[in-house]
Parts: sequence; C-alpha cells; structure tokens
Amino acid sequence: MTAADRFAAIPTLLAADADLLRRGRWLTVEARIDIGNEPFFLSIADGALKGFERGARLMRSTAFSFTATDEAWTNYWEPMPAPGWHDLFALTKRGVASMAGDLRPLLQNLQYFKDLLALPRGRR
Amino acid sequence: MAPKLEPMIGRYVRAEIEGVPHRLYFEEAGQGIPLVCLHTAGADNRQYRHLLADPEITKRFRVLAFDMPWHGKSTPPDGWEKTEYRLTTQSYTAAIRAFCQAMELDKPAVMGCSIGGRIVLNLAIAHASEFRALIALEAADFQQPWYDTAWLHRPDVHGGEVCAALVSGLIAPQSPAVTRHETLWMYMQGGPGVFKGDLYFYRVDGDLREKVKTIDTKVCPLYLLTGEYDFSCTPDDTLRTATHIPGVEVTIMKEVGHFPMSENPAKFREYILPVLAKIS
Repeated sequence: MTAADRFAAIPTLLAADADLLRRGRWLTVEARIDIGNEPFFLSIADGALKGFERGARLMRSTAFSFTATDEAWTNYWEPMPAPGWHDLFALTKRGVASMAGDLRPLLQNLQYFKDLLALPRGRR
Repeated sequence: MAPKLEPMIGRYVRAEIEGVPHRLYFEEAGQGIPLVCLHTAGADNRQYRHLLADPEITKRFRVLAFDMPWHGKSTPPDGWEKTEYRLTTQSYTAAIRAFCQAMELDKPAVMGCSIGGRIVLNLAIAHASEFRALIALEAADFQQPWYDTAWLHRPDVHGGEVCAALVSGLIAPQSPAVTRHETLWMYMQGGPGVFKGDLYFYRVDGDLREKVKTIDTKVCPLYLLTGEYDFSCTPDDTLRTATHIPGVEVTIMKEVGHFPMSENPAKFREYILPVLAKIS
C-alpha cells in the first residue's frame, strides 16, 4: 500500500473520530494535501469532510496546501515515529515538507490539522 | 480524613529587577542546597511540580520554582498595558539574580529548560562564581528557527491554542497522554504576546555562539541534558555547543522531548537524579 493509499482512508478515519470532529467544528476551508506526487483536495465544513478528491484537478483553488514526500509521510505515520519525523514542523524543518498559501486557517486550527494528518498513524 | 496536601508551598516575594519593582510568585519544597528552577518560554513554574513533590530530591535540595515576570501568577510590572513585553539576555539574567538575592540564597544551583536552559548558559558565561552548579535542559548556544513567531500574537488566531499546538510537536510520542496534555494546558494559559516576547530573547537577542567559549566549568560545573525528540533544540545543537565548553557533561535523553520535567516526569527522574547526586 502506498502512502497515498493510506491517506485515502482519511474520510473513514475522520468520520469515526468524534473528538476530532468536535474540535474542528468551527472550521470550514478548502485545503490541498500532497502525499508525494499525489494531490488530495479536502473540502472541510464544520470540521467534517464534505468533499475528498484524489488526483490532479485543473485550476482548483484552495486556501492553503501542505506537501510532504512519500518518505516523510511514511515515517510520520509510524506507530512510534522516530525523532525528527514525528511532527509536521519537524518535517518542514528538515526540508521534506512545506506549506503554502493563506496559512491563517491552518494556524487557527493547528492541532486539528496535526491530528487529522496523523490519522493514518499505525494503520495499514 | 486528613486533606491530601502536596508538599510544595506557594508565596510571593518582592524584588527589584533593573530598577523596577516586581511581585514574583514562587513555589518551594525541601531542605538543603537551593535549587532554582526556570520554566520554558510562555509557561510557568507548574512545569516543575513533580520535582517539587519528589522526596528523593527534596530531602537534599530546597527546590524553588518561580514564575518569571509576566508569567503565571507573577504580577506584570505597573504600566504593563503600555508596553510590549520583550525578554532580553540582560533582563532575564537580572530577574534570576534578583530572585536569588531577594530570597537570600547562598550559592544556589540553577536548572532551566529551553529559554531557561539558554539563560543558564549565560549565567555560566557571566556569573559562574555566584552558583554552585548549573543545569541546562534543552539548551544550545543557538538554534535554527522553525516557525514565524508573528503567528503567536494576533487577533485572528487564538494565542493560547496556537502556542500549545505549535509546541505539541516538541513532546516525545512516548510521553504519557496525561502529562502531555497538562504541559499543553499550561501553554494555553500564557498572557497575550508573552510567549512571543520570550522568543525575542531566544531568536534575536540570545545568540551565545561566541560567548560560550569563555565558560570555565572549574568555576561552576555545567550539565547539559537534551531530549532526542526535541527538534527545536536538537541533540546536535547541544552536542555542538558542548564542543566549545571543556569539562561540560552532556546527556541525550531517550524518549524525551523539549519539556522533560513536565511531559514525562518519571523518565526525566532517571536522568536528573544522577546529576543532582553529583551536585550534592
């Protein structure tokens, strides 16, 4: 299973996480998450996913994007990630991930996004 | 049934820092060698509550943990509402020395974490003879920034929540959920702009890369302990710093992040007890 395949389980994983849905209830935003070379487009409304599309979309606009290499995601999702691979900002600091666009909704809901993007951790 | 009281006692002490009157809150427990503990940026003395309640430590040490000005229950100076808080090497050093003098401590040991660790290095540089021993947790002479501090204090982002969310990644994944979230809870309670003001010292004013070369550990022993999961002050940052300080003792702590004393008190105890044994 590729890193992108694992990320494709996010809608199911989020729907089953009542606490994360509760914490994201103020958030409505369009975001792009790149797993290696594969983009995913997330339409979040009140903390839930109302849209989740895999693959390139022509001229698709999002508020912000977060991109990391396959290696970065694979290590980030280890059940007990190694030092330096265990947090989104650890990944950006080591140069294997980056963020772009209007970062305000990301920073306003930072713990939500950290936990959302960690949902595949330990699951294969 | 008798009340289940914890051993630490909290009080306020008056001290003048750089000519400005301050009212500082501190908690203390134990008897013996004074051990002054310095919390991390944007936090307060509660980070040391497990040390304050550890009889193995307090039977030999009088542990004192104070809230820096603007932090915790220490009252900000009169007129605070008309100033922007900015910690500097000079003001931080002055606050620590003022607390020690106000409490009439005789050659205390000092242990600080993060910015507290960085300032401990400055105590070793500039005031070593005043101290019995210096312990710097998660400390280096310089660290590469990993985010823009402008996000920490603006009206459209909740300061407490963004501070906690940012530093949450500095906690080791092995640390227990309860102590992880207690550590983050403290971060959610800082005053507006205080974490950002602390980081002025860390990022702008506190570059000690040249000065650490003057540290003489024969005047005062220096111990550096850094958690392997700290990507803010990495083990490599600490080890690089240590190469410039003959006689310094370095420990890299396994399964620990940036907040050893509060994120995983039991694990930290394994590392700090041997250091404290050398001091006493």
